[in-house]
Amino acid sequence: MTDSSDRSIAFARETMLPAREPPVSQRGIVRWMRENLFSSPMNTILTLLGLGLIFLTIRAALPWFINGVWNANSLAECRAIIAERAGPDASGACWAMIRERWHQFTFGFYPPDQYWRPILAFGLLFAAIAPVLFAGQKRNLMVVIAGVAAFLLVTLYLASTPLLAFVFAAALVIVLAVLSQTQPGKLMWFTVLYPALTFYLLWGGSIWEPVTAMFGFVIIAVTYRLLVERIGVAVSSAIGVVLAMLWWLFIDAHVADALASALPLALPKVNSDQFGGFLLAVTIGVTAIACSLPMGILLALGRRSDMLLIKTLSVGFIEFIRGVPLITLLFTASLLLQYFLPPNTNFDLILRVIILVTLFAAAYIAEVIRGGLAALPRGQYEAADSLGLDYWRAQRLIIMPQALKIAIPGIVSTFIGLFKDTTLVAFVGLLDPLKGVTQIVRADINWKGIYWEPYIFVGVIFFVICFGMSRYSMSLERRLKRDHR
Amino acid sequence: MADSTSARKQMKVSDEVAVQITKMNKWYGTFHVLRDIDLTVRRGERIVIAGPSGSGKSTLIRCINRLEEHQSGQIIVDGTELTNDIKNIDKVRSEVGMVFQHFNLFPHLTILENLTLAPIWVRKIPKREAEETAMYFLKKVKIPEQANKYPGQLSGGQQQRVAIARSLCMKPRIMLFDEPTSALDPEMIKEVLDTMIELAEEGMTMLCVTHEMGFARQVANRVIFMDQGQIVEQNEPEEFFLNPKSERTKLFLSQILGH
Ligand SMILES: Nc1ncnc2c1ncn2[C@@H]1O[C@H](COP(=O)(O)OP(=O)(O)OP(=O)(O)O)[C@@H](O)[C@H]1O
Ligand SMILES: [Mg+2]
Repeated sequence: MTDSSDRSIAFARETMLPAREPPVSQRGIVRWMRENLFSSPMNTILTLLGLGLIFLTIRAALPWFINGVWNANSLAECRAIIAERAGPDASGACWAMIRERWHQFTFGFYPPDQYWRPILAFGLLFAAIAPVLFAGQKRNLMVVIAGVAAFLLVTLYLASTPLLAFVFAAALVIVLAVLSQTQPGKLMWFTVLYPALTFYLLWGGSIWEPVTAMFGFVIIAVTYRLLVERIGVAVSSAIGVVLAMLWWLFIDAHVADALASALPLALPKVNSDQFGGFLLAVTIGVTAIACSLPMGILLALGRRSDMLLIKTLSVGFIEFIRGVPLITLLFTASLLLQYFLPPNTNFDLILRVIILVTLFAAAYIAEVIRGGLAALPRGQYEAADSLGLDYWRAQRLIIMPQALKIAIPGIVSTFIGLFKDTTLVAFVGLLDPLKGVTQIVRADINWKGIYWEPYIFVGVIFFVICFGMSRYSMSLERRLKRDHR
Repeated sequence: MADSTSARKQMKVSDEVAVQITKMNKWYGTFHVLRDIDLTVRRGERIVIAGPSGSGKSTLIRCINRLEEHQSGQIIVDGTELTNDIKNIDKVRSEVGMVFQHFNLFPHLTILENLTLAPIWVRKIPKREAEETAMYFLKKVKIPEQANKYPGQLSGGQQQRVAIARSLCMKPRIMLFDEPTSALDPEMIKEVLDTMIELAEEGMTMLCVTHEMGFARQVANRVIFMDQGQIVEQNEPEEFFLNPKSERTKLFLSQILGH
């Protein structure tokens, strides 16, 4: 512009300006600190105050962690060691308790010689959810299955697993690994069978009970397949469910007994009151999460349905469940449900709790998904309709994939909340890791008076699991982010 | 020139009836949106529907594939009467393509998946074959290179052409357009109109709600003017634009043509 001093407005650039680096104060860490920590006197003061607070906290807590003792047989011994090492006034953590009691935090009162069963079930859990989380991504599937194999190899060995079970586990993992690379779609079958396998592993008894129970679902599927073309989705699935109910109520048990006497393939039975710790939390949490999502989807659709009866039932269910504290439902599970069921049915307490926790979570999930559905523009429904897609196909192919994507953060929050809420089963006498197991530990004369350590330990494990879920949901959101410009 | 185009227009219309609407009425609550609509569309006819905002143009064509329900009268599409029978509705919808003002592509699917979804799930065509058809129509609307992108990555004009191709993949016998160009920037309008003109020249039965009067002149056999839920006037395009009969039509034309 230098030569355009003659007030003319005409101007044409002849050489283009190259890009230059920003000034130092606008770059990297300096700029970040100026913008985020010291942008005004008030912020500078707050930053300094915050730093001071962090310093004080660390100074108070750090010695406690550093002085921690891992080798001792009682709290008194711990204290003696700390006093000897760090002086009479020093405080320190007594992690030795965890060393001695970790198995109770993990398994409750599950018989120690059977630990391999929950371990195997836990390892396989990841193999079962991998096809859902990483559909068709061969590399991720392989990573997960390799991880499962390594985990099982070490832990099953440490838990002194019977040879037969070890061989079974090894064979299963190898089959899964091969499948994941050749026909990843087929892995879903393992996911479908996993609940029955886990039920058998955890509770033991005859293998025929879970097998015949699964057969009920086969009945539903077959009925649906045969009838859907002729009488539509709703009626054929209803007939399937009714037939399955009849099977479960009147035939199932007899067939299972007959098969068991013909070919007894049984593991030692473990009762529900022997379950505890994280085994219990994970069993309840995972089952409830897996069941509440499909149920929540159906409830959300029901709530938006044009059919008055379905709509009323869905709204009534959701509002009732959300209006009642979870603890009330748990008491219902432990006390009332027994009155409603036919006499002599010994319905397992954990199962009852799982059912009510599932219903509870489903109501919340339904509302979260309804939010996702409401966020979809009407045009999506109209486009699906105008192409001739019927209701269920439109839901499955067009509406749900988008609504669920919008609802991911809400769904995962609900799941995280649900998982932490499993500790509430302490109120109906089950041995949850936080209150149940800790109380037992503290009732022991050796560990009487221990306070922070068990809670920190349990808290850290819960945090790791929940943080993992949260990170997965964030990566999923990123992966699905498609409608950006 | 004018004679030859109108002659060409005449030739492609057959006597077969594609859509027959008789004494059709519709209300939104107590508001009477469509009043005694009578309309016969023959196979191969291209009809442009014009009229002021709120006159019921969208509602009328949305009734033809039952996105809206009519309360009295009769609508017969390709020999199938629209009633509450879901089977009939799905049958009609798979024969009638619809293009919306806001495209309504499925943002979570690629362009190719958008195009093959309905053929695969409704027509039960094998995936490979559906993809071939999809590529054929993408070439026709001149954007085959976008097949693996997502709708969000395309311009408005490209999205609308994809939407047209998506409808064509179902091999519909009738196409409905609801203001397909009014959400587009001026430079994109032409590319969409060109696609529609090409479609018209191939003899597709079309009902278009549009304010593009040039398009109406060039391809329509008939222009229908609606006001307050009624068909006020219909005529051949030349006559319609040169010699409007009703006062309302004259007023409307003076508003949109002259300024
Ligand atoms: N879902 C609805 N509920 C109630 N009234 C409606 C609904 N949809 C449209 N209307 C009313 O019906 C009338 C006709 O609407 P329609 O969308 O058919 O008009 P249009 O001719 O397409 O107008 P435009 O040129 O603005 O698109 C309008 O007065 C509108 O307000
Ligand atoms: Mg309109």
